[in-house]
Amino acid sequence: MKKLMNDPRYVVEEMIEGYVKAHPDYIRQLPENDRALVTAKETREGKVGVLIGGGSGHEPGFLGYVGQGMADGVAVGNIFASPSPDPILEVTKAIDKGAGVVYLYGNYAGDIMNFGMAAEMADLEEDIRVETAIASDDVASAPKDEKEKRRGIAGEFFIYKAAGAAADFGYDLDEVVRVAKKANDNTRSMGVGLSPCALPQTGEPSFEIGEGEMEIGLGHHGEPGIEKGPLETADRVADRLVNDILEDITISRGDRVAVLVNGLGSTPLMEQYIVFRRVEQILSEKGIEIYRSYVGNYITSLEMGGLSVTLMKLDDELAKTIDHPVDCPMFVQK
Amino acid sequence: MVLTAQDFRNYFKQIVEMIEEEKDYLCELDRKLGDGDHGVTMSIGWQAVNEKLDNELSQEEDCSKVSIVAGKTFLSAVGSSVGPLYATGFMRGAKEIKGQTEVNEEDLVNYWVAFGKGIKERGQAEVGDKTMVDTLEPFFRTLEEEYASSRDFSESFSRAVDAAKAGMESTKDLLSKRGRSSRLGDRSIGAQDPGATSAYLIVSKFQEYLQGELAQAK
Repeated sequence: MKKLMNDPRYVVEEMIEGYVKAHPDYIRQLPENDRALVTAKETREGKVGVLIGGGSGHEPGFLGYVGQGMADGVAVGNIFASPSPDPILEVTKAIDKGAGVVYLYGNYAGDIMNFGMAAEMADLEEDIRVETAIASDDVASAPKDEKEKRRGIAGEFFIYKAAGAAADFGYDLDEVVRVAKKANDNTRSMGVGLSPCALPQTGEPSFEIGEGEMEIGLGHHGEPGIEKGPLETADRVADRLVNDILEDITISRGDRVAVLVNGLGSTPLMEQYIVFRRVEQILSEKGIEIYRSYVGNYITSLEMGGLSVTLMKLDDELAKTIDHPVDCPMFVQK
Repeated sequence: MVLTAQDFRNYFKQIVEMIEEEKDYLCELDRKLGDGDHGVTMSIGWQAVNEKLDNELSQEEDCSKVSIVAGKTFLSAVGSSVGPLYATGFMRGAKEIKGQTEVNEEDLVNYWVAFGKGIKERGQAEVGDKTMVDTLEPFFRTLEEEYASSRDFSESFSRAVDAAKAGMESTKDLLSKRGRSSRLGDRSIGAQDPGATSAYLIVSKFQEYLQGELAQAK
């Protein structure tokens, strides 16, 4: 696979350098650790710090979501690999304004170990209170009764949005965590993969798929999904994804949802909107109100082809977090 | 047999070389179960360790320090899941030989048992979950038991490495229960676990190193 890069060993460093130089008003790199980035804006004393993080290769996830109304800092890992505890701890120290810090990340073994070690160090060495909310929105990755085993995919965006807003509202740490967990409990995603991505360092495709095939439930790192079959029309794929979600969570006539159609990297916006069109039809037919929609590349997997559909069921509190304005380098909501 | 910090450096250097040779193989194994980067991750980590061995650690005489810095450096460089796992192994091992400029055979048993147990504890995995614990638990149990009864380190370590190998190979027929590959279900059967493989490479390299040293001594 063709890539514009200089040296595969330095892709993450060079991306961060470019990112920080491109948006100096928004983001700054901590001198203690190259992989530790925090907001360049003034943060209010007493506000709960919101820390996000994960592997690289998911841009705009996760560094693109540091800014007003979302995260205060991000720890950046290698491609598709959790950051180590060092940058997580440095960001924690930098964004703690006396009210503690919430860690938000996806449900992966590596992230749990590294963020867990950092949280322990923050408590022991720095006396900073840290709480965690883990995203587990991917319906395809484990059965309903084992939701705690599900991985976090595009729905992480809604968790960041909800927690970021709650922190901005002035909620205390326990309340921010409660909102983040509620957002996760009410969020479901289903994805489809059409073509693989390649890691810069190996150049090999992350999974194998035939020219005329698609894979339902494929993971954000190329983890195999639940079903491989011939590529179907956009409408039929949308039907499948939305139906799987609605079988997993009760969303009734009159309920409100936020919808995210998320491209995985190389799927054009045209195709994403064609899928959104059908998602809207299905929800309208069922009398489910779309409160707000997001269509685009929100959390990607390098140049992977495919997309996911995410629904977050809203109560008044979550709706308020969805309405909250955001100003980040890669995402603005007025 | 007595080892010094220089032996730890030499052994770690041999791991660095070995990982470069096995990088593609480890990635290939990982592509069947995960995102295909285990070899790359190991290489990033051990290259960072190599840099420390050449600089900060080049004159270090404390064996435990060499192991601690190796573990911490590996962790900082890779994160991921193997970062905390191997780092915990090398740091728990170091705790058993704290401040020592020389380690004897009994120290080495303690070192490697703590290495294996530390990784198992960090990963919260059991034998049969298709992880590096399938290699490491038979390894440290065999080492502990054999050495307790025979007091023959070389023989005990050799049997422990055999047990590690059998454990690694057993992962081919196992269903993955931990980490990203656990989402594969039945499709994980038939592929050898890359973490179990790198764990075997690391412990078997120590045996090779000792054999090389003994041969030179003769």
